Amino acid sequence: MSGMVAVIDYGMGNLHSVASALQYVGADKVVVTHDAQLIRQADRVVFPGVGAIRDCMSEIRRLKCDELLAQALTTQHVPVLAICVGLQALMDRSEENGGVDCLGIIPGEVRFFGNPLTDAAGQRLKVPHMGWNEVRQHRAHPLWAGIPDMTRFYFVHSYYVHAVDRGLLAGSVEYGVSADAALARDNLFAVQFHPEKSADAGLTLLKNFLHWNGQC
Amino acid sequence: MGLAKRIIPCLDVDNGRVVKGVNFVDIRDAGDPVEIAMRYNEQGADEVCFLDITASSDGRETTVHTVEQIAEHVFIPLTVGGGIRSVEDIRTMLNAGADKVSINTAAIHNPELVRESALRFGSQCIVVAIDAKRVDDVDGQPRWEIFTHGGRKPTGIDAVGWAVRMAELGAGEILLTSMDRDGTRNGFELGVTRAITDAVEIPVIASGGVGTLDHLVDGIALGGADAVLAASIFHFGEFTVPQAKAYMAERGIEVRR
Repeated sequence: MSGMVAVIDYGMGNLHSVASALQYVGADKVVVTHDAQLIRQADRVVFPGVGAIRDCMSEIRRLKCDELLAQALTTQHVPVLAICVGLQALMDRSEENGGVDCLGIIPGEVRFFGNPLTDAAGQRLKVPHMGWNEVRQHRAHPLWAGIPDMTRFYFVHSYYVHAVDRGLLAGSVEYGVSADAALARDNLFAVQFHPEKSADAGLTLLKNFLHWNGQC
Repeated sequence: MGLAKRIIPCLDVDNGRVVKGVNFVDIRDAGDPVEIAMRYNEQGADEVCFLDITASSDGRETTVHTVEQIAEHVFIPLTVGGGIRSVEDIRTMLNAGADKVSINTAAIHNPELVRESALRFGSQCIVVAIDAKRVDDVDGQPRWEIFTHGGRKPTGIDAVGWAVRMAELGAGEILLTSMDRDGTRNGFELGVTRAITDAVEIPVIASGGVGTLDHLVDGIALGGADAVLAASIFHFGEFTVPQAKAYMAERGIEVRR
């Protein structure tokens, strides 16, 4: 039983694909909301995000989604999945938009991929990092269940995360640099890629999330 | 190993029905875009592109509904293009479940639309479609110009310079169609593909003219494209997406399998 899954909606972009993917893999109930009451009752919380970090952060704070997220992580202690800009927002700071302070939930920063960016063979790499890339799993985790190491997930981003505590690294992706693709800490799992757009691999991860008890 | 080159089947949709023939062996309804998109998803397509060619304005409601249906069943990226004129149109399609919206003529009439929508929704969802036709200089140097109205109306705009400008305004990707090649099955126009992929930092999707699997390989290996878009070779059941990927992989192109 997944119970009620709350997808935190702070007004940035379309969250229907996250919600319909969760429904598709069997969530009992999915609500897309920033209503404090509903989020407090949720059995699981998804913290998504698309778009520019400055606008995301100002809406997160204006709608008090930062407090709701902190509460889900600590007081409620429910499983939390952060996706894309949702992951980036957890860090201390992002280089995007001339430098933006983020939530500081995970120590570390969000950096620009750089321009020009090249791979190990000196080939030029396009930015944004857009498309299907291989995720190296750095440790076993319930959310990786049934997903082979080096499975491809769908990414689209120009900035990447680098956590200070390398012990939190659950997955990485190579794109000119080694970027953090997944971070895990207690009841929090945060990914740079879009599981809701990553076909079977992504759906498996979301299904794992629905069955996760928040331990790792 | 690294980022895979993408294969993107494209559906031309008129009033909620796919208009170019689609010929899967076991399909129930060859005109249903939802069923066809699901089939491509099952085949391992990396994205799906939905090109709305509906002329009437009331047909737009149908399009929105179709996009919603696809988004509920297909969990790979979905690009919607055709008839996108305003920030409101973009918002409507994103809310319906599109991941990216492709802007073509509207960007020519109002380049600021690209900047405004990239700022509002993020560059990652703004694709600028360029329809280019070769118009060589007097000294015979190759040059490509943007044409509108299905390749009939010249604009005088240089395609390469335009791609650079669109990237500067915030486009996240370029969808480049050669109007000389579209529908010919003679392969991509590699000259303009190469010129644009070299000129911009953002990914480029090559489109127009695919007739064989070698054309897909050439678009990437010679044209430098990050993704290849094709309609008829997949629709008519000549090749499946896995066949195309196997062929590309044998020739050293990295694909998702």
